[in-house]
Amino acid sequence: MLGKLSWSAIPIDEPIDMIASIVMILAVAGILAWVTVKGHWRYLWTEWFTSVDHKRVGIMYCILALVMLLRGFVDALMMRSQQALAAGGAQGYLPPEHYDQIFSAHGTIMIFFMAMPFMIGLMNFVLPLQLGVRDVAFPTLNSVSLWLNASGVLLTNISLVVGEFARTGWLAYPPLSEIEFSPGVGVDYYLWALQISGAGTLLTGINFVTTILKMRAPGMSYMRMPVFCWTALASNLLIVAAFPVLTATFAMLLLDRYIGFHFFSTDAGGNAMMYINLIWVWGHPEVYILVLPAFGVFSEVISTFSGKPLFGYRSMVAATLAICILSFVVWLHHFFTMGAGADVNGFFGVMTMIIAVPTGVKIFNWLFTLYGGRVRFSVPMLWTLGFMVTFLIGGMTGVLLAVPPADFQLHNSVFLVAHFHNVVIGAVLFGALAGYTYWFPKAFGFRLHEGWGRAAFWCWLIGFYVAFMPLYYLGLEGMTRRMQHYQDATWQPWLLVAGLGSLIILAGIGCLAIQLYVSIKNRESLRQGADDPWDGRTLEWSTPSPPPAWNFSVLPEVEGEDAYWRMKRTAREQREGIVPAPDYQPIEMPLNSPTGFITAFFAVITGFSLIWHIWWLVWLGLLGAFATILAFAWRDEEEMEIPVAELISFDRRHREGAR
Amino acid sequence: MTAAVTHGVPVGGHESGPASKRVIVAYGFWIFLLSDIVMFSAIFATYAVLSRATAGGPSGTDLFSQGTVAIETSCLLASSFLCGMMSMAVSRGDYRGTYIGGASTFLLGAAFLALEIREFAGMVAQGATPERSAFLSAFFTLVGCHGAHVAVGLAWLIVMMALVRSKGFRPNIRRRLACFSLFWHALDIIWVALFTIVYLMGMHK
Repeated sequence: MLGKLSWSAIPIDEPIDMIASIVMILAVAGILAWVTVKGHWRYLWTEWFTSVDHKRVGIMYCILALVMLLRGFVDALMMRSQQALAAGGAQGYLPPEHYDQIFSAHGTIMIFFMAMPFMIGLMNFVLPLQLGVRDVAFPTLNSVSLWLNASGVLLTNISLVVGEFARTGWLAYPPLSEIEFSPGVGVDYYLWALQISGAGTLLTGINFVTTILKMRAPGMSYMRMPVFCWTALASNLLIVAAFPVLTATFAMLLLDRYIGFHFFSTDAGGNAMMYINLIWVWGHPEVYILVLPAFGVFSEVISTFSGKPLFGYRSMVAATLAICILSFVVWLHHFFTMGAGADVNGFFGVMTMIIAVPTGVKIFNWLFTLYGGRVRFSVPMLWTLGFMVTFLIGGMTGVLLAVPPADFQLHNSVFLVAHFHNVVIGAVLFGALAGYTYWFPKAFGFRLHEGWGRAAFWCWLIGFYVAFMPLYYLGLEGMTRRMQHYQDATWQPWLLVAGLGSLIILAGIGCLAIQLYVSIKNRESLRQGADDPWDGRTLEWSTPSPPPAWNFSVLPEVEGEDAYWRMKRTAREQREGIVPAPDYQPIEMPLNSPTGFITAFFAVITGFSLIWHIWWLVWLGLLGAFATILAFAWRDEEEMEIPVAELISFDRRHREGAR
Repeated sequence: MTAAVTHGVPVGGHESGPASKRVIVAYGFWIFLLSDIVMFSAIFATYAVLSRATAGGPSGTDLFSQGTVAIETSCLLASSFLCGMMSMAVSRGDYRGTYIGGASTFLLGAAFLALEIREFAGMVAQGATPERSAFLSAFFTLVGCHGAHVAVGLAWLIVMMALVRSKGFRPNIRRRLACFSLFWHALDIIWVALFTIVYLMGMHK
């Protein structure tokens, strides 16, 4: 009846697991109770959970990412403290089978459920506003994507309480991840959570590519798009080209595990190295899926806070697209030690070094944008400058790793761990936080507190260097990654320093939380000029903050790059209001729909029952999802009309409020 | 062709604002189909790597029957042709033609699927199961994945016919019918690659 599920799935005998589960359950129960007591359910359901408004979907993605940042960071703290303790005779406080789950969960959560939702959230919020349109191409599908992503998050977190998570590392290499060597449900949790959220991500990719290529304001030709739109386009093209490979690869591993196929098994002709190849055919583009939108954020921030158009816009676009293509021909550098031979390794080593060229072009473009600009050192700019220094160091250690003979020494050492954190924290996370600070006023109508933002930045920056620079050294000393315990006591001081670094980062996260709290508390005093707080250059700053559901009462006419900057300049020259009396037309907006939420509900049921082999429930879940789609297909009303009178009164109220 | 089109800028296209809903939906669906083809390409690549990993078990030459595959192929191609006829009926607003086109598309697609299932059952009966070897795992996954797509397409077709029956040719239903026919033709394209790489090359040894 319940498949493999029994009471033994609850980890009662493991105190750390149990405490973590209880804390998580209490936190969730507390939030649910608070919402119930305050009577917010109706508001949440009608205004948020069923919303198909790209801005709300984007905000929910970012909230999901911030919550998962906490979860992933707790894993990081546990790893750092374990390694600070477990030297020589000491074993630390985490047994190996638990430690293995923690590093697997940390990687999985930080990439799939922190970095991805954060970037997708920012793109969701910003893209239609920057393109000067009212929504994405497929609004309901967008909501489905969000909730499928949340389903993956939920399944991953359920694994903490019911059963276990994978002990295989964040990419679940076979043969270790085959049923023979990982008979538990951990790998199944991993696979189904990522299959479900991966489907959501693929739909997002399709949605955004269509949005950028087919929906732009009048006059917004390709070469007038803000750079963030270009990097988002490249990122989403990569999603469309890479995520199907991930789906196929995981499907094969699932077939191996569930019905005894032989794709990656050690017998009957299976080939485990094929998995490693396939997963990195997805995995390397994934790095650029994450980092390209961050590059876009930095481009917007640097140009805005230098008060100058971006230097070398065309070369920036070309560099972005070059990275987009080259990212598909470097995957083998993740396993030079596989022994593919000198020629193959040589080719991929050279390609890896070549991809540093367009990245270098970008760095120089940013530097030249700063040069001669009137630079304002606000918080988004601090993140950006911190990124440029940190990413440069990470990029150079990357080029070092791209040399196959050097890689043979450094492969799977903590040198590698230091390298990829150097680029992922330095670029993706700093980019996400820069974007968060930069667009927060647009989303909520008030700025974030400046002082706490600065404090958060400095804690993160210093904490990062203290935490990861020792790992470069230890990697050169021969320390491999994923060690629950080590004999060489001379490593311990370095790992204590790294542990201290993670505490400084913790302080940075604390500052972010306080910043959010203080800003909400003092929101009235932070409202001043929130429509355009940074003297922005692109169209999102031409709307009210927060923008109305329809974004633009009248679609803007775009006459060149930096569209809003031009509008402001023209208005100054002509000494009249920015907006001439607009020609209002009624607007068709998509109706809210619970389709996304309900589909995801059934996806969780299906995923959970697949993990525990509860077959009847699998069919029930699939049937439910199918019925939801049918109900959506049969609905008669898809859109509502916003009448002209409402547009006029909204605009009037907004003008009066701004005065 | 006008000068504007040759320069890659469609006349009256993006410069004049967002494209029409019909264009957006079809375009998005094309992107989806491309992603689906990428997924197939990963499975094709896997099949190519494992096609000789028979682990002492049967190979393609022992298992495949040219006759069955020829009939399967003609069913699928004919079904695609009839799907095209259905699309023409839809654009004329012709209900009867749509139902006849839909029904015949469905019947030929179902015949294809039945033949494929029979082929699979025959192989399993000989002991050539996917558990037998990596080659057979890859074979069943690649051909089965195409078959699963056909099955989904058949279910979709039934839903579309019911929608036409209950809601008529509303613009959103026309758009969905256009997507269905794109999907159905894309399955043909994949089948042509599959037929060549699995069956023709597999029997030729």
